[in-house]
Amino acid sequence: MKRINSTADLKIVRDAVLRQRDSFTKNIQICNTGCRARKSLKVSTALNQEIKVRGLADQVAVKETGCHGFCELGPILVIEPENIFYCHVKAEDIPEIISETILGGRVVDRLLWQDPQSGEAITCERDLPFYREQQKHVSGNCGKIDPTDIEDYIANNGYTALCEVLTTMSSKKVVDTVIASGLRGRGGGGFPAGIKWRLCASAPGDVKYIIANGDEGDPGAFMDRSLMEGDPHSIIEGMIIGAFAIGASQGFLYVREEYPIAIEHLAIAIRQAEEYGLLGDNILGSDFCLSLKINKGAGAFVCGEETALMVSIEGKSGTPRSRPPYPAFEGLWGKPSVLNNVESLANITQIFRNGAAWYGDIGTQGSKGTKIFSLVGKVKNTGMVEVEMGTTLRKIIFDIGGGIRNGRSFKAVQTGGPSGGCIPISKIDMPVDYDSLREAGAIMGSGGMIVMDETSCMVDVARYFLNFLLFESCGKCVPCREGLQQMHTVMTNICEGRGEEGDMELLSELAGIMTTASLCALGGTAGNPVLSTIRYFQNEYKAHIFDKKCAAGVCKNLFAYEIDENLCSGCTLCAVKCPEGAVSGEKKKPHTIDAETCVKCGICFSLCKFDAIRVV
Amino acid sequence: MDLNQIEQVLQKYEYRHADIISIMQDVQGLENYIPEEAIRYISEKMELNLARVYDIATFYKTFSLMPRGRHTIKVCCGTACHLGGSDRNLDQIKRSLQIEEGETTTDRQFSLETVNCLGTCALAPVVMVEEDYYDEVKPGRIEKILLNYHSDGEG
Repeated sequence: MKRINSTADLKIVRDAVLRQRDSFTKNIQICNTGCRARKSLKVSTALNQEIKVRGLADQVAVKETGCHGFCELGPILVIEPENIFYCHVKAEDIPEIISETILGGRVVDRLLWQDPQSGEAITCERDLPFYREQQKHVSGNCGKIDPTDIEDYIANNGYTALCEVLTTMSSKKVVDTVIASGLRGRGGGGFPAGIKWRLCASAPGDVKYIIANGDEGDPGAFMDRSLMEGDPHSIIEGMIIGAFAIGASQGFLYVREEYPIAIEHLAIAIRQAEEYGLLGDNILGSDFCLSLKINKGAGAFVCGEETALMVSIEGKSGTPRSRPPYPAFEGLWGKPSVLNNVESLANITQIFRNGAAWYGDIGTQGSKGTKIFSLVGKVKNTGMVEVEMGTTLRKIIFDIGGGIRNGRSFKAVQTGGPSGGCIPISKIDMPVDYDSLREAGAIMGSGGMIVMDETSCMVDVARYFLNFLLFESCGKCVPCREGLQQMHTVMTNICEGRGEEGDMELLSELAGIMTTASLCALGGTAGNPVLSTIRYFQNEYKAHIFDKKCAAGVCKNLFAYEIDENLCSGCTLCAVKCPEGAVSGEKKKPHTIDAETCVKCGICFSLCKFDAIRVV
Repeated sequence: MDLNQIEQVLQKYEYRHADIISIMQDVQGLENYIPEEAIRYISEKMELNLARVYDIATFYKTFSLMPRGRHTIKVCCGTACHLGGSDRNLDQIKRSLQIEEGETTTDRQFSLETVNCLGTCALAPVVMVEEDYYDEVKPGRIEKILLNYHSDGEG
C-alpha cells in the first residue's frame, strides 16, 4: 500500500486507477444505499453473479454506489458510457439487461422511466426532467462512485483540494477563502462558516476540536444521510481542511444511530484515508496531524443543537447550555471547537477544489452555492435534489418534482423541519434562499422540503411538529418545556373539536414567549410551524375551531366517511376489508358506512377503486 | 445477562467515561435491552455514579429498560410518513396486536415502536419490521405484513 506524501503521489495513484479502468467497456452503477429499502442488494448480487457466469468480469465493471437521488424509482441502475437509466429493477431483470443492453446494445424499454404526461420513455439519466434542472456539485459523486473505495474518490479528483490547501496555503488563507466564498452553514442556522472558523482559529489554546454534525434529526430530511452514505470522503476531506484552518488535531463525526450505512461508510472512509496518509500523523508528508472518531447518536433530536451535541460527545445526557461563551471559544471539554454540518463540509471540499470565485458565481447575493433538498410528500418525483440557491419553489416542485400526485392541487410546502414553516401557493415563485425563506416565515433548515396537497390538514401538520418537539424537548428550560406542553394542549383541543375563540391569539402569544425566553433554538423556533400556518391558513383554523370541520379528512373527530351512491359499484371490497364491520350493503348495490361503528381507519378510503368514498 | 460480555465491552472502550454512550449501545446490542443489573454493573465497574448511568439510559430514546419482543416493529412517524398516513398504520397495528407504542405482545413476538424518521422519506409511509422495510404502506396491508412474522417459523 502506497502512502501519499505529495501532490505528485496523488496524481500517480489517480493515473494508475484510471489506467486500470481502460479495459472496461461498460460500467454499471447500482444504488446500494437508499435503494436497499427496495431490496437492491438482491439485484446487485444477481448482477455480480451474472457477470461472473458469463465471463464478462474483464469488460464490465459493476459499481455499488450511493444514492442516485430519484429514490422513488428504486432500485436504480445506470449503465455508462451510454447513461442508460433503468428503474424499479428486480433481480429477475438482470439476465435480460446483460444480454440485451450489455451484449446486444439494445435498450430494455420496459425498465425505462416513462414521462407520465407524454408517455414518452426516456433512455438517459441526464435527460430525465428530474435531473435536467439540477446542479449536482456537492452530491455529484453520489450514485457515481463506490463510496467504500477511496481510489474511486481519488480518480474523481478526490483529495486534490486537500493537497492544494496543505501545499500552498496558510491556515489564515484557508479561513479567508471560506469567508470570501460566502458559504453559510447548511445545518439550519445559516451562519457564515468562515466567520465561525476565524473565531475558533483566533481563540487562545493549543487543543482545539473540529466536529461534523451528521445527526440529521429533522423528520422528512435525508440529504445528509445520502451524502454520508454516497460520498463520505468529500465530508472527510472538508473536515481535514477545516481542522487545518482552525488548528485542530482531533475531530469527531456525530452521526445518527438510525443511519447504520452512513456510519459504516464513514468508518471505512476514515480507515482508508489513514492508510493512504490522508489522515493520522503527518498528513501528505506535512507536519499536520489529525485523527477522526465517529460518535453514534442515541436518538435525541436536541443533540443536533451544537452545545447539546458536544455534551453528548463528552458522554453525558445531551442538554444545551446558554451561549456565550460560544463553542468557538469554549466548546467540547471547554476547548475552542468548530461544529459544521456534514453538507457544509462537503461544500468546503468543492470550494477548494474549484476555487472561491467559481463558488461565488453560483447562487444569490446572500446565499452562495447550491443546496441539497429532500423533496418528499405529495409530489410526483420524490428524492434528493440539488439546486442552485435562488431557484424558485415552482421549479423545484413542478419542474423537478413533476407537480402533485394523483391529479390533486398544491397546498403548501413545509421547509426547515420542526423549526420551519409552511409556504402557500401565493409564494410559489419565491426564490429559495436563506433570506427569502425567513421573510416568508419559514427557514432553510437542513433541507427537508415536504409538499402538501388538499388531503393534508395544516392544523394537523402544526400539531404534528409540536407533538414531535414536546417529546424531544430536553426539559432543561421552563419556556420550552412548559410552553410546548401548553401549545400542544391548545392544538390538540382544536384538532379534536374543542377549539375556542381566542385559541389562535393564545398560541401566538405562547410562541412569542418561547422565542424570546428559550435556552436554545429548539424552543426558540418551536412556534414557527404554528405561526406560519396561522398566517397563511387562518381559514383552516377557523373551520376547525368554529365549524368543527376538517376538510382534508385528517382530524378524526371533525369529519366522517360517506359513500357516494352514484359512484359505488357495490364491489364489496370495502365491506370485506373493514376491520370494524362498519360497511354494509348488497353486492352490486351501493354500500353505506355506519358512522357509529366507523373508527376512520381509512382502509376503505384507500382501497376504493371508484373514488366513491368521500370525506364529509 | 452474562456479565462477562459486559466486561468485554467495557474493556474494549478501556472504561473511558466519555465513551459511556457507545458502551451502553454495545451492551444493549447483546440482548436488545439494558437490564437493571447491567446498569448497576456498568456504574460499579466504571466508577460512575449510578444516577448518571440511569440518566443516560433514560435520556436517549434508543435505550430500552424493558425486554423487547422477537420482532421489533418500527413505524416511521417522520413528516413525509405522517402526511402519508402513518398514524393510521400505527392505529391499525395497535388494534391488530392489542398493544400500545413501547409495549410488547404477551407472547413476546412483537414490540411496537415509533421512530422520528428513518430517512427513507421518498418511500413514505414506511414501516420497518426487524431489518425489512415496507414502503408506501396503507392500513389495509398491515395484517398481511404482520403475517410474515406471526408463525414460529423463519419469520
